[in-house]
Parts: sequence; structure tokens; C-alpha cells
Amino acid sequence: MLLKLTALIPLYPLIGCLINGFFGLRIGKNTVGLVAAGSVGLSFLTTLIVFFGLVMTPAEERVFEQVLFTWFAAGDFTAEFGFQVDPLSMTMMLFVTGVGFLIHVYSIGYMHEEYSFYRFFTYMNLFMFSMLLLIMGNNFLLMFIGWEGVGCCSYFLIGYYFEKKSACDAGTKAFVMNRVGDFAFLLAVMYIFNIFGSIDFTTVFNAAPEKLIYNSEAVTTITMLLFIGACGKSAQIPLYTWLPDAMEGPTPVSALIHAATMVTAGVYMVVRCNAIFALAPITMATVAFVGAGTAIFAATIGMTQFDIKRVLAYSTVSQIGYMFMAVGVGAYTAAIFHMVTHAFFKACLFLGSGSVIHGLHGEQDMRKMGALKNHMPITFVTFFISTLAIAGIFPLSGFFSKDEILYHALMDGNVILWGMGITGALLTAFYMFRLVFMTFFGESRVDPHVHPHESPKIMTMPLVILAGLAFFGGILGIPLFHGWHILHNWLEPVFHFDLASALEHSAHMLHEQGKHAPSWSHLLAPEEGHNIWIEIALMLLSLSIAVAGIFGAYMCYIKKPHLPDSLTKGQWGYDLVKNKYEVDEFYDDYIVKPTVETSHLLWKECDAKGIDGTVNGTAKILGWISKQAQSFQSGFVRNYALFMVVGFIGLLIFSI
Amino acid sequence: MELLIFYPLAGICILFALGVVINNSPINSAISLIGMMLCLAGVFILQQAHFIAVLQIIIYAGAIMVLFMFVIMLLNLKGKGEDDKWQSRDNNLLLNVLSGLLAAGILYKLISIINEAKFNSPALTSENFGTVREVGTILFTEFVLPFEVASILLLVAMIGAVVLAKSKVD
Amino acid sequence: MNLETVPLTHYLFLSATLFVIGVAGVLVKRNAIVVFMSIEIMLNAVNISLIAFDRYLNLHDGQIFSFMVMCVAAAEVSVGLAIIISLFRNKPTTNLDDFNIMKS
Repeated sequence: MLLKLTALIPLYPLIGCLINGFFGLRIGKNTVGLVAAGSVGLSFLTTLIVFFGLVMTPAEERVFEQVLFTWFAAGDFTAEFGFQVDPLSMTMMLFVTGVGFLIHVYSIGYMHEEYSFYRFFTYMNLFMFSMLLLIMGNNFLLMFIGWEGVGCCSYFLIGYYFEKKSACDAGTKAFVMNRVGDFAFLLAVMYIFNIFGSIDFTTVFNAAPEKLIYNSEAVTTITMLLFIGACGKSAQIPLYTWLPDAMEGPTPVSALIHAATMVTAGVYMVVRCNAIFALAPITMATVAFVGAGTAIFAATIGMTQFDIKRVLAYSTVSQIGYMFMAVGVGAYTAAIFHMVTHAFFKACLFLGSGSVIHGLHGEQDMRKMGALKNHMPITFVTFFISTLAIAGIFPLSGFFSKDEILYHALMDGNVILWGMGITGALLTAFYMFRLVFMTFFGESRVDPHVHPHESPKIMTMPLVILAGLAFFGGILGIPLFHGWHILHNWLEPVFHFDLASALEHSAHMLHEQGKHAPSWSHLLAPEEGHNIWIEIALMLLSLSIAVAGIFGAYMCYIKKPHLPDSLTKGQWGYDLVKNKYEVDEFYDDYIVKPTVETSHLLWKECDAKGIDGTVNGTAKILGWISKQAQSFQSGFVRNYALFMVVGFIGLLIFSI
Repeated sequence: MELLIFYPLAGICILFALGVVINNSPINSAISLIGMMLCLAGVFILQQAHFIAVLQIIIYAGAIMVLFMFVIMLLNLKGKGEDDKWQSRDNNLLLNVLSGLLAAGILYKLISIINEAKFNSPALTSENFGTVREVGTILFTEFVLPFEVASILLLVAMIGAVVLAKSKVD
Repeated sequence: MNLETVPLTHYLFLSATLFVIGVAGVLVKRNAIVVFMSIEIMLNAVNISLIAFDRYLNLHDGQIFSFMVMCVAAAEVSVGLAIIISLFRNKPTTNLDDFNIMKS
């Protein structure tokens, strides 16, 4: 009954977007803010109602599909416009609308000085709508619409300060890099339709074990393409460079789109397609290693940056890398768990950094901050809690989620992955506390003309709520005791996948094709029991690693502020990291420039000369012929008579 | 008998026709045309088309040519000054030579076509072939509808001529 | 072929010759009225053919046709001369080369 309200959830932001888009300039800033935040708030309340509806249904029947209409049908192909609510999408909807609402409220305060206030909220609402479509769509195509929609809104919002060239360039960069991924995603959808004859999630995932052969080329291709799509959206190696540049947008945008929601869409998509990914061990390994690699790679860059938002951006890239690592080892619950907690603490961190920037009138360089904890106490406390959470300090949320990922990575039997993960954890603790120490502690390096001040209540309230969520979010997934992991129990139906029967099918199909099926019996070895002692040992280890990272940061940035300089001076390695491994330059030199040059060549040579020449030439020739023909129309009757006679003679000669 | 009359008549007819084209004065042209019409009436009589021959004289030589003369005099066209500039325009000389060539070409082609055609010996004509009675009967029985349509055409032409030629009242 | 009668082809030659003279007149003459006269010559030339064939085939249809041609000629001349008059009223000349208002 309550589930019937599902369709309303994305509707509210759409209405808000339309109102603000068409009448935003007329109805005044207060109304615009009210409409924007209110629509998302209504959306959140509706989501809560639907959530209770879903909780009340029995665990086995927790999949609700609401088809609004058939979008289009062509031959065998039908695309429906429908929503799917199951525990996975429900989780996403809850935190997207919840965090989204808080960020909208915060934005009212943060953006209040802007002239095109309404434009910002129009895009934000449109983003919420697209994101909800992405999450709730019941088929690949609808998901793709949302996928493109969020990319588009991201582009709009990165380029919000369009008078700044860097912002425009960053927007273009994000858009183009996303296109690379989107294209792969679209190819994957086509391939899926080719194999299954449908793009409906339920149909495809139910048919996956029967139609796809384990570890076959087809399934590897599909999953690889999907993963490339996820890489583009979620800023993983090699398509991550757009995310740090995306910080050119307003800070709430960075919090909402480039930290909490949109960039996790790739993880969501891979998790959603777990039934296909489970059949592609090669892709799974790739996902895990790309994730782990990104986690470390981005963390190292994060240690060297001085722009407060850029540090957080690299941190986001790194944390999403963790999520992909979890997905890659099959720990979907852990990935979603980390996604949720990450949304809480990263949104809080971004909003906190926004509060700092707001308090310092637009200063983003950490070298010009320091000792702000006395000036903005609320921001400091919430920021500190979130930092503890991301660093993985017991008992905050980040500790549980990160620990679970590391545990699963180790249990998967891959020590290298675990090692990469734990190194990443150390780096995370270090750079996050470097950020906190440089911003809030030590001596003040603030420009004497600037007087730091605490932000208004409308901005601090969301901070407090998000910090609370970051603190207590770990409750969702308390390990050690069986049955205490709420999120795991909740998501269990979605991830239920019968690998044994799928393998049986694959063997059968291979047999029919006259091929010999390899032995997969080792894959079905019974899972070892949850070893509490290993887990506790790991927890202690990661806790001590985090503490070590914090201590390192303390030593470098509080105790001996000159230590970092003396350590890094003249080190080519440090310079390399500081320049982000020259990846941007590499892309510029080897991909962007050749592309631009080729395009320029095509424009000048092929288009301007060849195609335009042909078109203009045709017009010119026709014009010339017309000029000649024009002389026939002399206006003299006798000329016309002459032509008539000529025609008559022609008839005489040729017809008789 | 027919031979004796036809060839002189045809020769005079052609001469008159040439006179229409060659004469510079419109009046002279009109008089030549009348001569040609009369000769043609004679040709028609030779062909036993008595009714048409009479019509030729009444309509062409009478009505139409009077109209021509009337208009020429009304407009007071002088022979001189109009066609004096026969060769004054360069492009017109070319045009005239070209026209002459074209006309000669058409003539050659037509004559060759007529020569190539094979005609059987003619059917015998009846006594009263082409008399007014004979043609009139056919005209008012078999062709009564075209006849009436022709009358409407003439009526429309008359109204049209009045509308076009009257001076602007407003 | 009967020696006493003129062969059909000779009538047709006369018709063709008159027609070509008419054509040449239309092309060469610049006086609108004379051009009209040339057109009349052409129409008459056609009438000769019609009547010659008429007799040759022992039919009356050709005479009816030439009757119709005369009607059309009468109508054409009356309207055409009216047009010339109204043209003359705009521009006191009947020289066709002075009228090129049909040019766009």
C-alpha cells in the first residue's frame, strides 16, 4: 500500500526544478530556497514512508516494481518507464534524499549571496531527479537516462561560475571524460539486449545464470564495458582526473554530486549487476585491483595538495577505490556500507570545508589557514568527528565499514589487495589529519585583513546532523556477532546468487556446444566460518595503523612544522606526486592534443574545404547556371517566340 | 481546270503572304493580307469547301481585316519610323538571320516529311460535298455542342475585348 | 493519280510554305500588329491542310475544324487587338521590343 507512493519520490524534485527554472527569478530567493529544499525534503519523507512499507513486507517479497507506462516499443524491444524498489535501491534512495536534503538546506545559506541563486537550485533539483531515476529505474535504459542526467547536471554545476575559464574547462573535462564511460555503458546495454532480448533488470538478472557461461568472453566483455562506465562516473583510474578539477563548482555541489551521491553511482551500478559480475572472475579481479590501485594512488596525491577541496576530492577518489575493491572481492554489502558511511562523513567534510571557505571569504589554500578552531567551533567539532570517521577510529562509522572491506579482501585470499588497502588506510589517516592540523590547529596564517567567523545556523545545522550520522552510522553494520549486521541482513535478498546452479548451467551449455567444461569445483568450496579472532586482530591492526597515520601527521604539522619541508625538499618523487604524477600532462600530450589537432585538421581540411567546398560549389554552379538561364528571360516577346519555334523544330526532328 | 487555277492562285497567295512580312508599312501589310485571304478562299472553292470559302471571305477578309485596319488607323501608325530601325540593334540582326535560318529549316523539314508520306488515291467525293446545307446539317447535329461552346468563346472574347480596350473610368 | 486534279501533296506544300512565312513573320517583325497578321497567316495555312485532307478523305470533320479555327482566330484577334490598344495607351508604340516588362 505504502509502496504505491514510490513514483512521487522523483516527482517532487522535478516539480521543484520546473518551478525554479521557469519562475526562479520572479519568486524571490527565499521562495526558491523553500521550493528547492522543500521538494527534496518531501521526497525524503516519502522515501521514509515507502521504506516503512518495504520493511513491513516479508523479506522474501521485498521487490516492488511500479511500471508507470511503456516508454516505447519497437519490434521485440520494449522499454518501460517504471521504478524498482528493493532493499538496495531503498538504501540508496534513503541516503541520497536524506543527505541531499541536508545539503540543499546548507546551500540556502552558502549560496545566499549569489545572483543566479535560482539557477543553482534548478540544477540541484534536476540532479536529484536524475539521481533518483538512476537509482530507481527498473531497466538499464532508464538507469542510463539518470546516468546521463546526473552527468549533465554535474557539467552544469561545475561550470556554475561560467565567467571563470577554469570552471568552464573543468566542466568540459568532466563531461568529456564521463562520455568515455557512458559510451562503454551504452555498448554494454546494447550487448545485454543482444543476449537477453530485454533490458529489464529482473528479467536480465534472473536469466543471467542460464544464458551466460561462467568466465566466457561475452560475460567478460559485458562486465568490462559496464566497469569502464562505472570508472568514468566514479572517477577511477584511468578516468579519475576530472573529479579534482570538478572542485571548481560551488562547495555544496562538491558535497552532493562529487562526494556523496553521483560518484557512487558507478559502485551502485556494479552492485546492481552483481548477478552478471559474479560470472566474470576476470572482471572481478580487475575491479578489485583498479579499486585498490586508485585508493593508494589518489591517497598519495592527496597528501601533497594544499587546496582544501582538492585534498577532499582526492580523498573521495580514494574512498571510492575502496568501494570498488570491496565489490571486486564480492563483498557487496561492505561496498554499500562504506558508500553510506562515506556519504555521511564526506558530505560533512565538504560542507565543513565550505563553511571554512565561507568564513574566510573564499580562501581555499590551506597554507593561509590555521588555528581556526577557536573562530568556528561548530565547524571544527563536526569536521573533526568526520575526520576521525574517515580515518577509521573506533567506534565511528568509517572504522566499521573500512574494516569490513579489509577483512573481506583478506578472506578472499588476496594478501596483496589487503596490503594495498591497509596502506591506503594509513595514508588516509595521514592526509586527513594533515588537513585538520593545517586548517584548525597551529599558528594562524590567515590574511590579517580577513576576519574568520562562524557560519550561520542554516549551514551549521546540517553539519551537526551529518556529523551525528558519521558518528553513529557504524550501527548499521556491527561485525563480530552474527545477526547484528543490520545492513547485511537487509541487503541479503538482493545479493542472493546461486553460483552452484549457475556453474551447472554453464557446464551444461559448454557440453552442448561440444566443449569440455573446466573443473570449477574449487569455487564451490564451503565458506569458512566467520573467524572472530582474525577479525579482532585485523581491527586492532587497522586501528593502530590509523593512529600511526594520525601521529605522523601530528609530528609533521604540529610538533615540527618544518619537518615536511626539509624532508621533501628537492626530492624528485615528492615533486612527481605533487604534480599528480603528471597524469593530466600525459593525457594532454598524448590524448587531448592529438585529438584536438586531428579535429582541427578535419575542420580545416575536410570540413571547410571538402564538405563546405562541395556544398558551396554546388550552390555556385547552380547560381551560374541560373545566371545563364536568366538571359533567356529577356522580356521580349519575340525572343520567347523564337524559343518556341526552336522547341517546335526540336519536336519535329526528334519525334517524327 | 483545277490545275490551271490552282498553281497561279497558289503563287499569288505566297506572294501576298511574303508581302505581309516584307512590307514596312502596316497598312500595306494589311492589304496584302486581304489579298492572301481572298486567294485562299479561291483555293477552298477548288477543294469544294464552299461553305468555308464563304466564311473565309466574310470573317477574315471582312470582319477581321476591318478590325485590323481600324486599329491601325486608330493608333495612327506610320510606316516610317517604326521599322526604320530594322538593323539598328545589333543583337536583332543576329536574331533575324537566325529566324530566317530557322524558318528555312522548318520548311525543308516539313516538305521532306510531306514528300515521304504515302497517300492513296483519294476517295470519290459526292455531288453536294462541302455545300452549306451539308456542312450546316453536320454542324447542327453532330457538332452542336462544340458549336455552342464556340459561340460562348466568342461572347467571352467580345466581353474581354471591351474590358481591355475601354479607357480607365476611375 | 488523276492528272486533272492537283495532288494532295501540293496543297500541303502550299500550306507548309504559308505556315513558314507566318513563322518568319512572327520572328522577324517588330510591329505587334504585323505579328498578329503573321499569326493569321499561320492559322490559314493550317486551314488549307485541314480542308485538303477533308476532301481527300471525303469527310466533313476538317471543315468543322477549320470553322472552329476561324472562331478562335476571330476571338484571338479581337482580344489581341484590345490588348495592343491598352498597351498603346501605356506607351505610345507598338514595337514589341519596347515592351520588356515581362522581365523580372
